[in-house]
Amino acid sequence: MALINLTTSTDENFVNQVETLSGQKISECYQCGKCTAGCPFSFAFDYPVSQIMRLIQIGQKEIVLNSKAIWLCATCEACTTRCPCQIDVANVMDICRIIARKENKVKEKDVKLFYDIFLESVKKHGRIFEIEILMKYNLKSGKLLTDADLGPKILPKGKLNFFPVNIKGKDSVEKIFTRFVEGIKNNE
Amino acid sequence: MSKLSFAYYPGCSLESSAKEYDVSTRKVADILEVELIEIPDWSCCGASPAHTVDHLFASAVAARNLAIVEEMGRDILVTPCPECLSAFKKAIYNMSKDDGFKKKVNSLLDKPFNLNVEAKSFLQILYEDVGKENISKKVIKPLIGVNIVPYYGCLLTRPPDVAQFDDPENPISMDTILETIGANVPYFSYKLECCGAAYGVTKRRIVTKLSGDILKTAIESGADAVAVACPLCQQNLDLRQDQINRDQGFDFHIPILYITQLMGLSFGLSASELMIDKHNVKSDHFLEKIEKGLKEKEKSEKESISSKN
Repeated sequence: MALINLTTSTDENFVNQVETLSGQKISECYQCGKCTAGCPFSFAFDYPVSQIMRLIQIGQKEIVLNSKAIWLCATCEACTTRCPCQIDVANVMDICRIIARKENKVKEKDVKLFYDIFLESVKKHGRIFEIEILMKYNLKSGKLLTDADLGPKILPKGKLNFFPVNIKGKDSVEKIFTRFVEGIKNNE
Repeated sequence: MSKLSFAYYPGCSLESSAKEYDVSTRKVADILEVELIEIPDWSCCGASPAHTVDHLFASAVAARNLAIVEEMGRDILVTPCPECLSAFKKAIYNMSKDDGFKKKVNSLLDKPFNLNVEAKSFLQILYEDVGKENISKKVIKPLIGVNIVPYYGCLLTRPPDVAQFDDPENPISMDTILETIGANVPYFSYKLECCGAAYGVTKRRIVTKLSGDILKTAIESGADAVAVACPLCQQNLDLRQDQINRDQGFDFHIPILYITQLMGLSFGLSASELMIDKHNVKSDHFLEKIEKGLKEKEKSEKESISSKN
């Protein structure tokens, strides 16, 4: 890891923001590394989870929000289950991802794109429409052949729906989305 | 045992790519006399994507369903899917501990959720409410002669404060059910290791690495099949098994079956009734091994009777 000038780069507000939104006392982390030891995604992270915790403690907002790690955490809850300080580490990772989203700092754009398309499907139909999600993802990501090899394996099984299931109360689901967005606008 | 009855939430996967999990759950429930009443007009739980946007929003998406369960006059929502389970349990957990949060969630909903419902996995109902004695009474074709390792995945037991089920580091509920239906259950150290979850589409290499490690450990444990309780784990381990082989240089062909399909087999249902033929990896060899085990058992029983006579 590169040298960090704490005098110029520490953002105390970020520490408070993460602690408030997650309800976790990040300062209680004493860097035992147990979360990283059990994290199945460490091999794919740019900063292992215990380093993310340390970076939050010292207010390194830019590094944390621009990390790949916060987007590659699968919320498997191993860290939360094992933290000797009872910190909900997976929740902290999730909160960092939420802040990164709000500040438009997204290191793993495809991951966010997939989530957004998934939620669009929920908003539109009330339930997800799997084929539509994959097709939209392939088009919008430009990775047109993603999982093309799985098509011949699953399509003949006749399980996938070729048409969306639109629930009767899909308006009430859509309203959750619109009320949420309006709430953010009203707070700004 | 008085008849058990619950509000049932299948979830989106179970009416599409994981249809066999829904079908086998309903058949097994029927045999065990557990009534599952599908929640009318249920909607998506929000799954992984919703909580990456906002926790208030995620809880509201999940709680719309919990509010319908309240309207049904029911107090327990049962779902086979651990991802849905986790979405409901987290919504209930977060709303219970913070009244302000609860009010904000309800302000996003047409009908408020008043915290009169708890969420349980179908596995928990099988293990705690039905119990192994009642399960064993229905076993007519025990799965003798096969080794099955139970793969729980992340969310059925974690985090313990939210999940409130089984042991978060060494769960035994599926082990117990598998033993009850006659299978041999070898020690399996990867029962909780993450399969890579929802990154199959966006980060395939992560999934093929993690799922590959699970399959490798299962085979090293002597497994003939892996029992799962999660549609996403099933998809990663089964549908992506050829991708795993290609990416990781393996040559695995190990069947990945839902715990409910395995129970159904032991209750005498056919493989096609349980939609076992709908998986990517064929189970023919595994099913033959069960038949062989049963025949050998019958033969040795006959021999012991005739030798007594």
